[in-house]
Amino acid sequence: MIPSAFDYAAPNTVAEALSLLALAGDSGKLLAGGQSLIPVMKLRLADPQMVIDLGRVEGLAGVREDGDALLIGAMTPHHQVATDPLVAAYVPLLAKAAATVADPQVRHRGTFGGALVHADPAGDLPAPVLAAEATFILAGPGGERRVAAADFFQGYFTTAIAEDEILTHVRVPKYTGWGAHYEKFTRVAQQWSIVAVAAMVRVEGGTIAEARIGLTNMASTPVRATAVEQALAGAPLTRDAIAAASSHAAEGTDPASDLNGDAAYRRHLAEVLTRRAVVTAAGL
Amino acid sequence: MASSKTITVEVDNVSYTDDVEPRLLLVQYLRERLGKTGTLIGCDTSNCGACTVHLDGVSVKSCTMFAVQADGHRVTTIEGLARDGKLAPLQRAFHQCHALQCGFCTPGMIMQSASLLEENPHPSEQEIRDGLEGNLCRCTGYQNIVAAVRAVAEGTVSSDSDETETAGVA
Amino acid sequence: MTTAEVGRARLRKEDAHLITGRSRYTDNITLPGMLHLAMVRSPFAHAKITSVDVAAAKSSPGVVAVLTGADVAAEQGSLPNAWPITPDQKAPAHPAIAVDEVAFAGEVVACIIARSAAAARDAVELVDVDYEGLPVVLDLEEAAKDQVLAHPGLGTNKSATWVFDSGEAGTGKPIREALDGAEVLIERTFYQQRLIPSFMEPRSTVVDPTGEQITVWSATQIPHILRLMLALTLAIPESKVRVIAPDVGGGFGGKLQVTPEEAITVLAARHTGKPCKYTETRSESLMAAHHGRAQVQRLKLSATKEGIVTGLDVSLLADMGAYLGLVTSGIPILGAFMYNSIYKFPAYRFECTNLFTNKAWTDAYRGAGRPEATFAIERMMDELAAELGLDPLQVRERNWIKHEEFPFTTVAGLEYDSGNYEAATAKALELFGYDALRAEQSRRRETKDPVQLGIGISTFTEMCGLAPSRVLGALNYGAGGWEHAQVRVLPTGNIEVVTGSSSHGQGHETAWSQLVADKLGVPFENVEVLHGDTQISQRGLDTYGSRSLTVGGMAVLAAADKVIEKAKVVAAHLMEASEDDIEFADGRFSVKGTDQSTALGEIALATFSAHNLPDGFEPNLDSDATFDPQNFSFPHGTHLAAIEVDTETGRVSIRKYVCVDDVGVVVNPLIVEGQVHGGLAQGIAQALYEEAVYDDAGTLVTGSFVDYLVPGAPDLPHYTTARTETPSTTNQLGAKGVGEAGTIASTPAIVNGVLDAVRHLGVKDIRMPCSPSRVWAALEEAKMTGGVR
Repeated sequence: MIPSAFDYAAPNTVAEALSLLALAGDSGKLLAGGQSLIPVMKLRLADPQMVIDLGRVEGLAGVREDGDALLIGAMTPHHQVATDPLVAAYVPLLAKAAATVADPQVRHRGTFGGALVHADPAGDLPAPVLAAEATFILAGPGGERRVAAADFFQGYFTTAIAEDEILTHVRVPKYTGWGAHYEKFTRVAQQWSIVAVAAMVRVEGGTIAEARIGLTNMASTPVRATAVEQALAGAPLTRDAIAAASSHAAEGTDPASDLNGDAAYRRHLAEVLTRRAVVTAAGL
Repeated sequence: MASSKTITVEVDNVSYTDDVEPRLLLVQYLRERLGKTGTLIGCDTSNCGACTVHLDGVSVKSCTMFAVQADGHRVTTIEGLARDGKLAPLQRAFHQCHALQCGFCTPGMIMQSASLLEENPHPSEQEIRDGLEGNLCRCTGYQNIVAAVRAVAEGTVSSDSDETETAGVA
Repeated sequence: MTTAEVGRARLRKEDAHLITGRSRYTDNITLPGMLHLAMVRSPFAHAKITSVDVAAAKSSPGVVAVLTGADVAAEQGSLPNAWPITPDQKAPAHPAIAVDEVAFAGEVVACIIARSAAAARDAVELVDVDYEGLPVVLDLEEAAKDQVLAHPGLGTNKSATWVFDSGEAGTGKPIREALDGAEVLIERTFYQQRLIPSFMEPRSTVVDPTGEQITVWSATQIPHILRLMLALTLAIPESKVRVIAPDVGGGFGGKLQVTPEEAITVLAARHTGKPCKYTETRSESLMAAHHGRAQVQRLKLSATKEGIVTGLDVSLLADMGAYLGLVTSGIPILGAFMYNSIYKFPAYRFECTNLFTNKAWTDAYRGAGRPEATFAIERMMDELAAELGLDPLQVRERNWIKHEEFPFTTVAGLEYDSGNYEAATAKALELFGYDALRAEQSRRRETKDPVQLGIGISTFTEMCGLAPSRVLGALNYGAGGWEHAQVRVLPTGNIEVVTGSSSHGQGHETAWSQLVADKLGVPFENVEVLHGDTQISQRGLDTYGSRSLTVGGMAVLAAADKVIEKAKVVAAHLMEASEDDIEFADGRFSVKGTDQSTALGEIALATFSAHNLPDGFEPNLDSDATFDPQNFSFPHGTHLAAIEVDTETGRVSIRKYVCVDDVGVVVNPLIVEGQVHGGLAQGIAQALYEEAVYDDAGTLVTGSFVDYLVPGAPDLPHYTTARTETPSTTNQLGAKGVGEAGTIASTPAIVNGVLDAVRHLGVKDIRMPCSPSRVWAALEEAKMTGGVR
């Protein structure tokens, strides 16, 4: 319940934060919303000696338009992502997924960027961000660097972000004419996803023109269900066609086994939930 | 030993300035430094919600926040909810609907319910239940808590704080 | 009589401070000079302690002292087990701080005493304990084989074996005859998973050793028992210990314990001479506070082809965990008398083997033995119905005791005083819409709907009002089952009620006020109820086993009766009448056949001033009473659950839950309703969500609320509740008790419903909790093994 002692700094700018981070080296830790970090510090599973609080850094919170994309600040709380009109209009998948993160109190405090950098395979934001083909904007000592979502998630709690970098924004393309749904499966409401499916579908006439499917907790990183996407592209907008395509959902996944289900169960869930997510996203 | 920080926090309409260790959680600051023991600690993993307070008007778990993060902010606890000696509608509703037994989850439940109604003044039963997903209760089975929140939303809470009997059972 | 208080939905007196944050939980207490404790706990489930090096911890900033098992070996005694169920029961010594060996992960091996909680916690990391690992035994069926021993020194894992046989007891026929002559024999094994009570307030203890008496505040259900047991364990005169249970945040049996941490806090205060506080974290609570259930139930039920049950044979393995807590060993025995439930079959045998494992010890958890028994028999009744192709309700009706057959002596030897199972069931069926749901179930089966519907039934009874002292004596329990109360009449006529049953959420202050208001004819608001402090309430046996109203409440009424008798003497004197002519009603004493009367309040003032009392009359109306029940009480009810099973994912949803409970005469319907709701939530949680899981090394995997799934508001249904009222004949009020009913009845209702939804697909059983993955796996297995789809 009581973390190890640490030093604390609350910089006002990204530049200050970067120099503090450089100074702290291995023993430094960035604090965003703290909703994942603080519990593990309380259990002493993490004991940084320097905590750099991004809560007072200007310009990191909020959603704004950036041409054909939205720019979501890393320090934007989940609640704001879930209720933001721009997100609702252009990337409703993110709004829907953000609304399922943990519970309301955590959504008030926890941040979009913090959850992505934490990269919990059971977290609800990585798969939608992957499906939406977002770009991560990282600030570092050498300036800004951009990483595609497909390259960002590298393993359990591991991302492409370097130790001396800070995620400042996520750039998400605007999607117009797409339907979206995030289908989350848990045993109790507050739980981390056992499996979840992020789906975006563009329908033209009676046909599925394009689909983007991301899977939560089906591997050490979020996974694109590319076989499903390929099978859906050009398929008729029918339940049977969607079911047939969804039967490929577990291809290329490597889910873990735990208290909530073994790998075989997760593979099965991925198929069922993909079908349901696509059906809902397509408005069937 | 890590160096302490000076913080100024407005809690329940009173401004406090204190030196705190950075690792001091907001809930510990409230309980141990300010004597605001009405806010309780039920777990160490941010699951139970007993420690819920409002930070600048929205609900947060005060066990999952350092006191230093509250510097310059406004905190409302269960002890600051009643105004001018009058109980808040949710407090009356929890009493009138028998929405508490042991009372340990109650401060957090009431604070989260207030935040929920602020964001959604007319929630359905399902929206109330979903809005309380971050607060655990072991006594009531939640039904009367849901009824209490609904009573406030529907304006059916009696304004008489001294009422001693309920006409019907929820 | 003015409006009767008993039966009114009075809002609770105890709410005001709890809704405003003026609460007095133990962890809220701060005393001058108070020191803080943190425990060093074993990460290993079974190990020898070869050395404990505390030097670094002692020199850590803020640390005042460190206690190890060796430091306190001479004074810590062995924590009590009050229920040696057999004369040859085996039990290991149970030191508060382990000395040579640890037997479960989480056992305390040292205690840090420091100036702040943070300093204490920091120093925990600095204690260097060397362990030599020993093999662990975790599984109950493995433990029974005695190949790996939880306590090598005992030579066996078996603590005791306890048998009840209706043939030998003379309460029925020998079971052998029933089984041999069975037309239908159902054999099943059920697993009662290990649960964690999960009261919301973590346990906390503050001990003040200053002054001539030690004061102990603790988050406990049992201040009186704790006082006695701390005194006996730590060799302190009982008169030198005062225990206070202030606001207590739930218990559910989980705080019916004398804990190592309570004893350690007393030892720490004794060593330092300073007030000491220990508050556990939730992780510690889940790991080291006692658990519940954890039984393997092997059952054989014999019946005729018509579905008339002829006998039941129960063979239990009960997991004690690593030690025997206060009533650990007796929990299965509390169930032994309930396996026959509401049914009147003639032959019954129960055998229980209590076994040690290297896990946290088990003890009371809401229902304590009776939920396990009810689950088993209610599941078996459904199995019998399925075997015979009968409606499960029909099978129950053919076997239950009819209302005209009460009082009824059961095959387990209990006398059920009253009940009306027909009435409760009829009411439940009406509220539920049974026939319409059965019709929908058929439609869904025919259309092969991916979401199947099941109907779960549980008709239950339980024994409440623990307990007649003579019965407890016969079962070798270490204490009686009475309860004490005092009714004090203040000079103003206001009343103070002192009760030995201390409340931790049940609403005693409100209910006792209602009882006394009626009895003495005083306003509800003028009654104050005091409890939970052994200096105020000197005698008591505390709160558990749905005993408060039926035992504690009766003591209150008896004490109030004595007040009336005393006051009558003064009334007769003041009104110059014969005592025989004095009548008492609505708070006034009147002289028969006259308009002369005087109020209790006037008598109170006259007694206080004592200016004009009868010769030799002691100027005091206060009265004590101790009530020892002559029998248990037997609440019963019918619970019906409509369960939807998503056969694609295995997810179980409760679509409708209807329960009709008969808890006898109700003092406060609001409180009764609340008890039922909370009970249902915990029973449903066993059926669907909760399980304490250990890994192969004996580490608790469900060590936080992230993994131990206490259900939240979205995870539980709206409950439809109703009551029938068949008064108990064993107490003057006709009350039966309600604290555990919901928990006992709901678990089998849910699981029966789940199985009813998927039985036609070939599924025969699903272990609790019926999680989606388990339900799906059962469906898959049924497909493989030829279940018809």
